[in-house]
Amino acid sequence: MSYVGAILIVVGALFSVLGALGVLRFPDVYTRMHAASKAGPLGAGMILVGAGLSTGDPLIILRTLAGFVFLLLVSPVSTHLLARAAVKSGVAPSSSTSINELRNSR
Amino acid sequence: MIELATDIAFGLLGIAMSLAVIRLVLGPTLADRILALDLANTVGIGLIATFALHVGQSLYVDVAISLALVGFVATISFARYLLAQVKQ
Repeated sequence: MSYVGAILIVVGALFSVLGALGVLRFPDVYTRMHAASKAGPLGAGMILVGAGLSTGDPLIILRTLAGFVFLLLVSPVSTHLLARAAVKSGVAPSSSTSINELRNSR
Repeated sequence: MIELATDIAFGLLGIAMSLAVIRLVLGPTLADRILALDLANTVGIGLIATFALHVGQSLYVDVAISLALVGFVATISFARYLLAQVKQ
């Protein structure tokens, strides 16, 4: 059980680093959301579940699993609201984006 | 085994937090800064959970879960602030 927890923690930290790297390197705010809203909560949730599994207490494992599910449910909501606010405030997508379906949706 | 895993995770999460802070400082628009703050919050959840294993206190896992429960409200309220700024 402790091996599974250790592997989950390291893999979750790797996901967090990749998400942060995407946030730093991607060209505009919409592509950055793509990196931050998927890799970030998955990494944090895997670390949470890994920490719960390493304690071995079933109550804590249940709590961390509930926290993971809540994190996955809530992250798309906040990111969608942020993307909507960015479109409404006139942040233009990068010119390397070929299709812009939101062009006339101000 | 667990000590090695927490050490590696501390290093990686420190790098992730630094990258998020760099984007927070650079960020050309307000939406970029809100996104970087959201990511820093998520990385903080991972840091607290790793810290719980490092010190062997399972109470800190509850702290990480409650940060996950509360943290997204900050992002939503910042996005509402951005929308309210547009309407004026």
